[in-house]
Amino acid sequence: MSESAPTTADTRRLAEEARARVRFEEEALELSDQVYRVARRFVGSREEAEDLVQQTYERAFRSWRQFTPGTNLRAWLLRILTNLNIDRGRRVQRSPQTTSLDTEAGDYFLYNKLEAQVPDENPDEERVLERLSQDSIVDALAEVPHDFRDVVVLVDIGEFSYADAAQILDIPIGTVMSRLHRGRRILKKNLADKAVA
Amino acid sequence: MTPIDDPCEKCEEMMQPFLDGSLSPAEVAEAERHLGDCVWCARRYRFEERLRHYVRVATSEPMSADLKARLAALRTPLH
Repeated sequence: MSESAPTTADTRRLAEEARARVRFEEEALELSDQVYRVARRFVGSREEAEDLVQQTYERAFRSWRQFTPGTNLRAWLLRILTNLNIDRGRRVQRSPQTTSLDTEAGDYFLYNKLEAQVPDENPDEERVLERLSQDSIVDALAEVPHDFRDVVVLVDIGEFSYADAAQILDIPIGTVMSRLHRGRRILKKNLADKAVA
Repeated sequence: MTPIDDPCEKCEEMMQPFLDGSLSPAEVAEAERHLGDCVWCARRYRFEERLRHYVRVATSEPMSADLKARLAALRTPLH
């Protein structure tokens, strides 16, 4: 052990590390709104989402040295969040898989179904969209089974690429694509059911 | 019979990858050619695009000020 005072090099290194850490924390905090937005749709309640985001930031700030500067920080934070969510036993609490998803209809079917409910002839897409309330969208998404919903939330709400979603969920990119396809179909089927109700 | 001989059906199949930007340039050109002629498909594409946007907006819940403050408090003190 050195008896002398810290050298200039040591002091400089410590100062640089402190600056890098501050920068990391600031950048991570700037992304917190986007992280929360995804977290909120991963879990059932606001309280759970808040706990999850707080734990994510606690862990991220503890293990900040593991982040590679220049890579996607938002995806890195979401990876931590996903792992914490799995640790909480979320997979155990999952709702039972619907046996028949009846999602084989084509991609136009939601529009066709909603259009039939609009009294005008040849309504434009905005009038058709008005058949869906904000609450019905939130509920329709919440009712998509977790495995499919996670992908839809990351890609369609979080605006992550297929590759980022694959990394965050630790699944192959082909699985991301097939779950996204299926998840969007289930979402649209749920939306069609709610618009009719 | 070929699997897809109806141009609208083909267009329907291309909608998600088209909006995801994952079609090849040739496929994009094919879809755009059909959409230019077919009001029926064009309207359904615009609906899908608006729906994606609406889903994103409708499901976006702002973070509470309380959580924001709690996260800020996790920062390493400067001194």
